[in-house]
Amino acid sequence: MSDVSRAEICAVAIADTFAGDGEIFVSPIGLLPQIGARLAKATSAPDLLMTDGVAPLVANVIPVSGDDRPAPVVEGWLPYRKVFELLWWGRRHVMMGATQIDRFGNQNIACIGPHEKPKAMLLGMRGAPGNTLSHPTSYWVPNHSTKTFVPKVDVVSGAGYDRAAALGPKTARFHDIRRVVSNLGVFDFATPDHSMRLASLHPGVTREEIVSNTGFELAIPAQVPTTRAPSADELRWLREVIDPEKTRDSEVRA
Amino acid sequence: MDKRTTLADAVAELRDGMTIGIGGWGSRRKPMALVREILRSPLRDLTIVSYGGPDVGLLCAAGKVRKVVYGFVSLDSIPLEPHFRSARQAGAIETMEIDEGMFQWGLQAAAYRLPFLPTRAGLGTDVMRLNPQLKTVRSPYADGEELVAMPALTLDAALIHMNRADPSGNGQYLGPDPYFDDLFCMAAKRRFMTCEKLVRSEDFLKEGTLHTLVINRLMVDGVIETPNGAHFTECPPDYNRDEAFQREYANAARDAASWQAFATKYLSLESEKAYQEAVRKR
Repeated sequence: MSDVSRAEICAVAIADTFAGDGEIFVSPIGLLPQIGARLAKATSAPDLLMTDGVAPLVANVIPVSGDDRPAPVVEGWLPYRKVFELLWWGRRHVMMGATQIDRFGNQNIACIGPHEKPKAMLLGMRGAPGNTLSHPTSYWVPNHSTKTFVPKVDVVSGAGYDRAAALGPKTARFHDIRRVVSNLGVFDFATPDHSMRLASLHPGVTREEIVSNTGFELAIPAQVPTTRAPSADELRWLREVIDPEKTRDSEVRA
Repeated sequence: MDKRTTLADAVAELRDGMTIGIGGWGSRRKPMALVREILRSPLRDLTIVSYGGPDVGLLCAAGKVRKVVYGFVSLDSIPLEPHFRSARQAGAIETMEIDEGMFQWGLQAAAYRLPFLPTRAGLGTDVMRLNPQLKTVRSPYADGEELVAMPALTLDAALIHMNRADPSGNGQYLGPDPYFDDLFCMAAKRRFMTCEKLVRSEDFLKEGTLHTLVINRLMVDGVIETPNGAHFTECPPDYNRDEAFQREYANAARDAASWQAFATKYLSLESEKAYQEAVRKR
């Protein structure tokens, strides 16, 4: 498997984030999440419900770029209004990006610097506040560094575990930050205080590399597994069906 | 009742300081001809309520905006709206930045004539810190849950763009998503709808099913036929987004001179017709 790229490792790690989800709606936001979610649907989680990025729900697994081949099989319709209904209903798992993320999984996609006069205006809150209080949420960070994994986010768009704890068990009963996948490793919150833990290192990444690129103290178990490599079947799906044009390499260097 | 009017007459009904809702989503089926007419008017100090795209960016760049109510502002294929970014980074506009679903709830509350609708969205995030006017409400039932009381987003005027409309104000979308255009209209005191093509009522069902007739005439005060009126945002199936033009628009955010050149070429023209000619000739 020496020819497996880092992007392919990330795609599999993202797919594994959705593996146990059963029959729910997934919203993978961004390129690698799109690829990873389609890989999950093709392999470990065939019952996932997904759109093509707009309103039609597509039953089959189609490429993320180029000519749609096979043609999309439309199995339903989910305009934005229905997306909001479905997310409040809770039968959804979203993977969003994070320009900044902190130790408890607070996410910022709103702006860098003071909100009244930002140094850099980003997307805005989008659906992050509602998502994080309503259903499982995971994050994809393609550029793991001390600028993205920060001690304190400038704006909290998506609520992390410390914020959820402060809200109390009633209000936060649907809060569930599952995983963070970066270009260096996989992280979860399986610690007593729900602080971020290193769950696996991508092949070729050292724990020192992770530590020096993370702006807060990570929980690091004595034994850290290596993120698994794709199976032959998964590689076939990735290379021949889902992303034959290798767009994945534009987001994560080989 | 024949509700046909003109862009100029519609915009003449708007006033400085008004709260104006704009339909569509991002860079999709935006009532751009009406936005361009506002750019030609002396209107100022507007509060814009929008699932924001180039409508927000253009109005900010032209100095028409005092405040924006939004969950995001994006050009879709260009994720960050550069003119909106410039205005924000200059500290030039006030904001009410909220969750996308809270935004819908605000329109829904206004449409239902309720003071607020409850939601969990916003709790535990900086939506509450950045919008200190937002209050919470406790469930009066046994659960006692504390929720955000999302206030009604009542609009002075709503602007929407449909694929087809008839003279009495019925509107039809033929694309993949109705967005929230009906709610914008129901939340507003005055409602103006542009359309790609004005048709007779009896022709609606030739192009779309019954379910595409999302705007009924109770929701609309004025109808204007504006072919290519959503340009450069997408308006399928009539046309896709004009990506080349959108890039030109986005690049005009580089500096004041670029914006001035873009404005002179496309915006400082006497009419929508002249704009469309300039777009065709480029």
